[in-house]
Amino acid sequence: MTSATDAPPTTWHAILRQALKDNDVRLVTYVPDNVLRPLIDGIHADPFFTAFPCAREEEAVGIVTGASMAGMRGIVMMQTSGFATLPNVLASLPVAFQVPVLMVVSERGTMGEFNPGQAIVCRTMRPILDSMGIEHHTMTRLDEAAFMADRTIRQAFATRWPACLIISPLLSGARK
Amino acid sequence: MTDNTDNLHVMNRAALTKRLVGKLTKREAVIGGIGNSNWDLWASGKDRGENFYMLGSMGLAAPIAFGVAIAQPNRRVFALEGDGSLLMQLGCLSTIAAQKPKNLTIIIWDNGIYQITGSQGTPSASAGTDMVAIARASGLASAAWAADEAEFDALVGKALTTDGPHVIGVKIDREPGRDQTDRDPIRFRETFSRAMAQAV
Repeated sequence: MTSATDAPPTTWHAILRQALKDNDVRLVTYVPDNVLRPLIDGIHADPFFTAFPCAREEEAVGIVTGASMAGMRGIVMMQTSGFATLPNVLASLPVAFQVPVLMVVSERGTMGEFNPGQAIVCRTMRPILDSMGIEHHTMTRLDEAAFMADRTIRQAFATRWPACLIISPLLSGARK
Repeated sequence: MTDNTDNLHVMNRAALTKRLVGKLTKREAVIGGIGNSNWDLWASGKDRGENFYMLGSMGLAAPIAFGVAIAQPNRRVFALEGDGSLLMQLGCLSTIAAQKPKNLTIIIWDNGIYQITGSQGTPSASAGTDMVAIARASGLASAAWAADEAEFDALVGKALTTDGPHVIGVKIDREPGRDQTDRDPIRFRETFSRAMAQAV
């Protein structure tokens, strides 16, 4: 929790990390990603979190689902292409069982993408989320980031439904 | 404790599931993998709240169990997973080995077939893949085949009294599941979460 003497966070990753802490999201599973590196590094440096990499995004969803059902809130972090491996497990596990699995996806495949494969995969992401009724918000602005992150996370737990925050290159700066 | 598959007695999943559940006295969690692993768990005692029945997400019994184990380090947690299911998600063995959850045990029911889709053989059966050897090579040192019922009992006893993670491999026959679960995911989640809220 932020103490009165702490200055409010000023980077997107510090804002997101604080939103997780404010909502008692302690378990962070991820498949590594360059854009998410400052977020993941900050989480590893903070003893509040239990954080580790997974071999595949599907298992990360399974781990967070199990932890959530046993009383520990968690989030899965990944890149756009990793998200595209998830429709079956999202549909049959956190959506079917109504378990609030949070996701953060760093958006690749848009605004200057050089890899055609990434560009096509990126177009599948929002339709997949929409088709399952998974609330998603794309974070593009620093001044909105804290509100968007906190409220999305809060709603996921209040409504017992997965939710996804998409980190736009507009916010992250992304790859050169 | 048996290191290789040369001399394994073929056992029965329904009977061993009952045997396992009968040894659980401390509200241990049991995560049933998709299909017959689930159905025999259901048949072993559908009123047991600490059982979780996975209805899809093939291959995720061990990751779900691992998540429960992280959230509740004082509760022992078992995953019941088929060989074909585990084959879909072998990477999770390294993920689990890296984190070393002391309270997690994975039981592999190995019949060499995808029983529920028409009993087609698995690639691992054709290739002679040793699932326990994969677990050990993934970094899970306490991984062994149960050669017979007595060894199964001994390995479950070890899982209940010593630090894991543990893996127990069992060659099973081709008898289909004894019963089928209800298909009621929200009730399953509510029941399981309520049971997990009870102290160990």
